[in-house]
Amino acid sequence: MISPDSITTTTCPFCGVGCTLQLHIRDQFIYKVTSPFDSIVNHGNLCVKGRFGYDYVFNRERITTPMIRKTPQKPGSRVPAPTLEDWTSITWEEALELVADRLARIYQRDGSGAMAVYCCAKATNEDNYLMQKMYRTLFRSNNIDHCTRLCHAGSVVALQMAVGSSAMSNTASEVIHNDVFIVTGSNVTENHPIIALQMKAAIEKHGAKLIVVDPRRIELVNYATLWLPEKPGTDVAVFSAMAHVILQEKLYNQEFIDTRTENFASFAESMEKFTPEFAEIISGVDRELIIQAARMYATAKNAAIYWALGIPESVHGTDNALSLINLALLTGQIGRLGTGLNPLRGQNNVQGASDAGAMPWHYPGYQRVDQEEIARKYETCWNIEPGGLNREPGLTTTEIMSAVGEGGVRSLYIMGENPMMSEPNLNHTRHQMEQLEFIVAQDLFITESAAYADVFLPAVSFAEKDGTFTNTDRRVQRVRRAIDPIGQARPDWQIICDLALRIEKKLGITQSSGWNFQDPSEVLAEMGSLVPEYRGVKYDRIEKVGLQTPVPDESHPGTPYLFRDQFPRGRGKFHPLTYIPSAELPDEEYPMILTTGRVLEHWHGGSMTRRSWLSDLFPEARMELHPTDATRFGIHHDDPVRVTSRRGTIVLRASITEKTTPGVVFIPFHFAVAAANILTIDALDPLAKIPEYKVCAVNITKVTEDELPDPGSHQPRGRY
Amino acid sequence: MTDPDVSRLLEILPVYAKQGRPALIPVLQKAQEIYGYVSQPAAAAISRALRIPLAEVYGVIEFYSLLYSQPVGKTLIHVCNDPACAVAGADGVFKRMTKTLEFHLDQDSPTREITVERAPCLGLCEHAPALLIQSPHHVIDGAYEDLVSGTSSRHRTKIGGTVSILTANCGKGHPASLEEYQQNGGYLAIQKALQVQPEAVIQEVKTSGLVGRGGAAFPTGIKWEGCAREPEYPHYLVCNADEAEPGTFKDRVIMEDDPHRILEGILIAAYAIGAEKGYMYIRGEYVYPYQVMKTALDEARKAYLIGEHILGTDFSFELELRRGAGAYICGEETALFESIEGKRGFPRVKPPFPTRKGLFGKPTVINNVETLCNIPVIIQHGAAAYRQMGTEKSPGTKLFCLSGDINQPGLYEIPFGMTLREMIFQLAGGIRNQGSFQSALVGGAAGAFASANQLDAPLSFEGLRSFNLPLGSGVITVFDDSRSMPDILLRLAHFFKEESCGKCYPCQMGTQRQLEIMERMAENRLLPGDTERLSDLAATMTDASLCGLGQTASSAISSAMRLFPHLFKIMEG
Amino acid sequence: MTEIISLTIDSIPVSVPSGFTILKAAETVGIQIPTICFHEACTSNALCRICVVEVEGARTLIPACVAQVSEGMIVQTHSDRVQRARRTILEMLSSTVDLTDSPEILAMMNDYHADPERFPESNPREFDLLDDNPMYVRDYSKCILCWRCVQVCAEDAQYTHAINFSQRGFDTRIDTFYHITLPETTCVFCGQCVAVCPTGALKPKRQWLLETGYSPIEIMSLTRSKRNGNKSRIQPERKLP
Repeated sequence: MISPDSITTTTCPFCGVGCTLQLHIRDQFIYKVTSPFDSIVNHGNLCVKGRFGYDYVFNRERITTPMIRKTPQKPGSRVPAPTLEDWTSITWEEALELVADRLARIYQRDGSGAMAVYCCAKATNEDNYLMQKMYRTLFRSNNIDHCTRLCHAGSVVALQMAVGSSAMSNTASEVIHNDVFIVTGSNVTENHPIIALQMKAAIEKHGAKLIVVDPRRIELVNYATLWLPEKPGTDVAVFSAMAHVILQEKLYNQEFIDTRTENFASFAESMEKFTPEFAEIISGVDRELIIQAARMYATAKNAAIYWALGIPESVHGTDNALSLINLALLTGQIGRLGTGLNPLRGQNNVQGASDAGAMPWHYPGYQRVDQEEIARKYETCWNIEPGGLNREPGLTTTEIMSAVGEGGVRSLYIMGENPMMSEPNLNHTRHQMEQLEFIVAQDLFITESAAYADVFLPAVSFAEKDGTFTNTDRRVQRVRRAIDPIGQARPDWQIICDLALRIEKKLGITQSSGWNFQDPSEVLAEMGSLVPEYRGVKYDRIEKVGLQTPVPDESHPGTPYLFRDQFPRGRGKFHPLTYIPSAELPDEEYPMILTTGRVLEHWHGGSMTRRSWLSDLFPEARMELHPTDATRFGIHHDDPVRVTSRRGTIVLRASITEKTTPGVVFIPFHFAVAAANILTIDALDPLAKIPEYKVCAVNITKVTEDELPDPGSHQPRGRY
Repeated sequence: MTDPDVSRLLEILPVYAKQGRPALIPVLQKAQEIYGYVSQPAAAAISRALRIPLAEVYGVIEFYSLLYSQPVGKTLIHVCNDPACAVAGADGVFKRMTKTLEFHLDQDSPTREITVERAPCLGLCEHAPALLIQSPHHVIDGAYEDLVSGTSSRHRTKIGGTVSILTANCGKGHPASLEEYQQNGGYLAIQKALQVQPEAVIQEVKTSGLVGRGGAAFPTGIKWEGCAREPEYPHYLVCNADEAEPGTFKDRVIMEDDPHRILEGILIAAYAIGAEKGYMYIRGEYVYPYQVMKTALDEARKAYLIGEHILGTDFSFELELRRGAGAYICGEETALFESIEGKRGFPRVKPPFPTRKGLFGKPTVINNVETLCNIPVIIQHGAAAYRQMGTEKSPGTKLFCLSGDINQPGLYEIPFGMTLREMIFQLAGGIRNQGSFQSALVGGAAGAFASANQLDAPLSFEGLRSFNLPLGSGVITVFDDSRSMPDILLRLAHFFKEESCGKCYPCQMGTQRQLEIMERMAENRLLPGDTERLSDLAATMTDASLCGLGQTASSAISSAMRLFPHLFKIMEG
Repeated sequence: MTEIISLTIDSIPVSVPSGFTILKAAETVGIQIPTICFHEACTSNALCRICVVEVEGARTLIPACVAQVSEGMIVQTHSDRVQRARRTILEMLSSTVDLTDSPEILAMMNDYHADPERFPESNPREFDLLDDNPMYVRDYSKCILCWRCVQVCAEDAQYTHAINFSQRGFDTRIDTFYHITLPETTCVFCGQCVAVCPTGALKPKRQWLLETGYSPIEIMSLTRSKRNGNKSRIQPERKLP
């Protein structure tokens, strides 16, 4: 038996649940992870990633010195360099000088529009705050975004429009106070495992009833009272038909509508066409199920809605989310304990990165860049001359990529993100990456995206730095350094500050915007001075238990659920809706709908989990195919198949399973050698600019074993 | 040999699937009937159909000794291994069986066709040495001599005693039919009961002073009242026919000979406590009694004695027969509930007691077969008449199972009060083969030994208690002076080690350590300190075990330590 | 509104709300009752019986982790009867299970003057170590059958039901469906079982490798087949405590 040199309490670096971890360290090596049984978020429970998936920190592919390409890269002829052979190690001094010089020169030559940065939902609030500050103050650019654009942008925009706040309205563990809850577009068991445990306990131990609305037969269906198996992309039809039933049967909450909402009449009128019959034709869901679901939700004492990316990742993602919000406003199932609207956030700090202003249209705290008095506030704080900050909203993630080229975006700084896995239509993304003049990658590994960079800046993992993450239920929690940085790797916030000072010098700026931070707590304090929701969040207050924003002052205890007295925008606003089909529907040539998502053992682009022993449990991409389709295509379990869309093709193994529905195949997007996003379509929601990851048309054909990229990696599993 | 083809099982699964988890043990038994064992694919199919996690299905198969997760012979021969059969030569039979089979089995019947196993008490102690033979289409049991003599049936059980109240219809060589039972006054008590309020029935049973006959001797009327008063419904009535205490066979005899008496007792009890559904849990080895009960139940249903609107009243009651699967512990009431619910037979922590939270977590009365057989008598003749029999503190009659070294092993019914000596030497004809009395195991494996000095103990709860003996389930297994006490003690220790469920530490490990010391004693190589170890084990098991099994697992051995201290001395040289 | 119950524990008057267990009531006055199977995150099954106490009027000793207080109850937590039972249980455990990774139980043995060699010539429960997945190893020779792992895998936390029991009585062990490897079961490798295991029977693989002498660099350099473990069993070294 060994005993630890130290045990460090910190926050899990994977999904948005924000579980408390205790890292057991011996000789600078994490050998075990536990969680205190009184931990507020997860009560000691963890999933496989949190419990065992931390070993990516010590993966031998970690880059621990700054590097530059051996062969200088030119726009148009840029080639990826995935292995060390193509790189040369240099000193931090050389690397930062080089980056500062190149960025400054491009900015001076082509202006703000040539500059763009991908911030990072895995990095801390402090890292993200500083990165957006650097781009806004030094390059006067708002071309700042991160992967929230690719996940919940539709939800965020809809919630901002309808209620004026875009986070989960409840604490996740409040699910035990639900009598009825709807889970839609979310495979909670695999993607928010600890919230799934709380949901199961709510059902099994507290008598809650679950309605699942999902095209996949997700594991939670085993616990559900009703399952509405809709066709992908038909959410507006299903949820509006529920609203139709509630209106018809007068199950709505008149008092709530009168006192807390606006625009009811035009909304109600728009719902008339959404009869259950109409919704059945569109969605394939039995009208009786829709009627039952509507009654169950409307008549519950406390009901809440939980959703994930099945709702926003659509060309009508904003409408999808609005259809859910309409339901809550109609029934008054919001603003009380155990009632509300809950977009489950996918990444450890996607909430925080958004709060910290890693967004093209907003400063930290969702304050619009195009509002004069707000810009003035930031100019004052950041020591910028009046009118100096850019009032023009910047480009979103996918727009940045599309804008690459002469007269457009010329340089890209990528902090921890992996667009070469996560963007839709990857063949197009690759082409755009090739056109960039200068790319900086700040990461742990040479990811699929970092391989395109000119300079690689080695950052540290969550275990090597201090900071804060804000989890899916708005809880700001501490991240603590448990081990020394590996090699020469440095915390992101230090890299940014060092770099910013150098860029200021290159640009001849004498009035510094302030980069001399001794500790991340000072960064959060500066952010708190600008963001009212964070004003009361101080490191000494979150030593043991995190605080849930909004925390307006230092004596405020935090906000477990939102909208008790009013909505941030005043009244909740109903939005009339019409049904719009997905951008690409199946036809003779591409007869199947492809929907994408995640699996338990992996996480997003997989740059961490594919470099962990987690990968041994789930080593290869697999396509889920319904037995009836399997028969139709003559495909057996484990057969290799080629999947082709209008944009590309991949080969992977098939799993024949009733987890998916007839006509729909599912592929997780974590795997580089069979990247689902080669197939997906880059059609965007017009408001939120989020791509339609959840629906595109594909064809499948059986191929031979030798066409598989990694035929030997098969691991039989019995889970779910 | 695995049988991956589960198509026959898949055909029948839908019927069971509707019942969910409580159908688990019945469906496993069915699967075993079809395939001889429960293969992995069969277990997986059952798991899917009944929506029970795979690991839990396996856990249940593994718990019960009559369920097999690996292939066994098509014919299974269980040779009883417990004291009454041991003194009748069970070891020799076992050796002969295995040897003969090896010798005679030719190419046409490879060895794997037959499996011979040592079994815990088969409840056929009066037919010692007893066998149970299960083959795909045939099940027989009885004395080894009867079975090998070619008659293929067992001889009649001797029914003795001084009265025949409970045994009135027993010993006739066939089960009393509904007609016969009614001719002798059967089903009049239920008619009488249905004419009064349930409270009145309970009052009558309370007045009768009847206490449970399964071993714990809890007042039956008070138990009924406790359940009847519970506001939560449904209420359940469970008849405990999981008779497995070594030396006990009384419930078996009644089931075989007079099944309607039990049914009538069940009906009255169900009416009294407000139950519309009941279960009768019959031990797995009792294949023939199960068939008799099944026939009787069908008869009763046809006669509108079971089902909707019994005898034209508002009282409706359905009874489900369940077969055990080889676990002594399931005679413990809460373990029995777990078993009906389709789980491993782990006893529950009490309180809450069954009358509050019993089967499926609902108020439940669970009564032993013999207890329920007293009910028609009490209702029909009244508590006052009932109390005329027996003693003041132990009213009524009692069935005693006599076996071992006596001339007339059998089932004896007497009013409480007769002495042990009278029972053994007058009624049961004394010691066999002119031997002399060494000891008697009173109350079964969980009971205590009586020496010659205790022969004057009156057979009543209070009488036996004054002689430091338990009444238990009414077992008297007699040993003559030629018998090796260490061998008997070793068998008892072995029995408890095999039958401990493993839930609580004192019994789980204590029964194993006790067995190891008894092994040393039987091999005459006790170690210094072994008696102290035994005492500590006994005290710990008795004081700290979770259920009655552990609390009594050292009782017989402890009594032997008191009566025969010389056995526990370390032999010199 | 909860009723207040007054009772006496080791001659100290105690008043606690009704529904309190004896264990919890004793804690309020600083009396420590030892526990083994009890865990705050798990349903109490009262199976280790180490927490038994003497309650006046009760025929047997009473498990403090589940027994609720009642008015006027008189409890002795360290009487001779109690101590004898606890000591014997510990001695039996020591003769059955490899306790080398169970410091709390070893400390308890010290407290109760339990002799680790009390039961000579006794069969321990020995099993081959199971190393069949990249996340954790299972050494059931160290398993004390506290049931916590089975419970957190089921309703106490995870609703995964990957493990249950095989055999019964002394020979019981925690097992998968037909003894298949963990990846083939419904296991999701949440490690809730590892977290509640009190004896090192379940251990994170990297911790186990570190303990068996691998350096961190060697651990991170293992081949995939070594990480995944193998189905051929490694005979565990048995050390007596």
